[in-house]
Amino acid sequence: MSQMPFYVSPEQLMKDRADFARKGIARGRSVVVLAYDNGIAFVAENPSRALHKVSEIYDRIGFAAVGKYNEFENLRVAGIRYADLRGYSYDRGDVTARGLANAYAQTLGAVFTQESKPHEVEIAVAEVGAGPDGDQIYRLTYDGSVTDVRGFLAMGGAAEAIDAGLKESFRDGMPLADALALAVRLLAADPAGGEPRALGPGSLEVAVLDRTRVRRTFRRITGELLMALLNPSDPTQDAPADDPAAGPHDPAPGETHADASGVSPRHTSTNPQTQRHAEEHPTSDGK
Amino acid sequence: MTAADAGRLAAPFRAPGSASFTEFLGQHAPDLLPGRRALPPRPVEAPHGTTIVALTYAGGLVMAGDRRATMGNLIANRDMEKVFAADEFSVVGIAGTAGLAIELVKLFQVELEHYEKIEGTLMSLEGKANRLATMIRSNLGMAMQGLAVVPMFGGVDLDTGAGRIFSYDVTGGCYEEHDHHSIGSGSMFARGSLKKLWHPAADAEAAVSVAVEALFDAADDDSATGGPDVQRRIWPTVAVVDAEGVRFADDTAIAAVVDAVLARRLGNPGGAR
Repeated sequence: MSQMPFYVSPEQLMKDRADFARKGIARGRSVVVLAYDNGIAFVAENPSRALHKVSEIYDRIGFAAVGKYNEFENLRVAGIRYADLRGYSYDRGDVTARGLANAYAQTLGAVFTQESKPHEVEIAVAEVGAGPDGDQIYRLTYDGSVTDVRGFLAMGGAAEAIDAGLKESFRDGMPLADALALAVRLLAADPAGGEPRALGPGSLEVAVLDRTRVRRTFRRITGELLMALLNPSDPTQDAPADDPAAGPHDPAPGETHADASGVSPRHTSTNPQTQRHAEEHPTSDGK
Repeated sequence: MTAADAGRLAAPFRAPGSASFTEFLGQHAPDLLPGRRALPPRPVEAPHGTTIVALTYAGGLVMAGDRRATMGNLIANRDMEKVFAADEFSVVGIAGTAGLAIELVKLFQVELEHYEKIEGTLMSLEGKANRLATMIRSNLGMAMQGLAVVPMFGGVDLDTGAGRIFSYDVTGGCYEEHDHHSIGSGSMFARGSLKKLWHPAADAEAAVSVAVEALFDAADDDSATGGPDVQRRIWPTVAVVDAEGVRFADDTAIAAVVDAVLARRLGNPGGAR
């Protein structure tokens, strides 16, 4: 390689990189993260059943991303490794979204300045608290900036229009059905002002961090439950706490396992000696 | 590890490919892996866990363990837990050196959950049993110094809905056991008891009763196995696994089972029937 022929100012270099990353992100479909009365919901427009934009990181922490799949998938896996390592060396309670957001920020920032091309991704990290006041949502951009947002955020191609819509219509303590309806309405709207597109359960990826669940609070909402929640004339307003079809984890793409009970067999702690709390598991021996 | 915690996620965090937490630890923090530590120069005396029993019934399995840990002729712990949920559909019971066994279970639990989160699907039951075998094999050096860990693994195969039991040896050999099995110092007596009490048509409730009675028989003849402690209300840990998942029987239910076994054996200490 020959020497660089021209001088490029640092300002120009950073601006070019930022423009490049922004263009990449703007091509993708959008994701909305918003709080509801019993937790935090992630709603993504994603026709794929196998390639997720939304994922579980840890007991109370979820992840959503837009942009280049290979780049955010790499960050998702790194986040799971970070969280599992933290929880393994200390305790499950010591894994926080704030720590993870910082690690992501450092990583994205280093990639932005040091590598030949910045990541074309935008990430949301959310942690559900014991009550709505404890909920945390962080937004991380391609250059490593972190913003701590309250209530809602939108990322991706139509983020600005969706954000404006959320500012207008979002209110605290909405039931899940209302929150999903709002998110889907805004995702379906045409930013150019045309007819809104039809977004059915097949082209949506929906998951929640449900604070009423024990230990692993993340669950995907798919199939009939999603249809019921999106149908305004259906009385379903929230994901049932212990329905037999609810998986406590994130099984096969898009589907909750038919046999999962939704109840965690162990208490939230890393040490196996302190995981069983008889008083918290009142189910008896097969009666 | 601490350097990565403070700043950028280091290269092993971002290495593509592996869904195994153990492999990740091996690259990033090998000192956290039980198998990578320097061996003690001479055999060490440490608390040992004792008897675990497991038996299948139609639609699932029951695994139960006594609560005693011993060190030589002393009781090191009266209310230790030795049966754990490995994930939502499987359980693991431990016998041998308690400290190493608990660390192994802790790592195994994270291993299964880590795989589940990264792959987005549950590991197969055989896959889980094989992962555990690999972990035990890495502990062989410790086993040679008298710090052996021998777990028993059981779970429901979600493809068939049947309960399956896997046993191990110190070299990491993994064997599937049929109907029932027991490990630990009192296993000889528990096995005899299980052989006579197990019945293919038993339901979960009957299986729990058989497990408690087999532990009672083990405690009757093995000083390292703790019987039900009526004064302190310390009962065996009993886990029931079926297609719905793992659940632990609560103390009042086990107290009732223990009372029934004791009543049956009053004046008939061998439990002959």
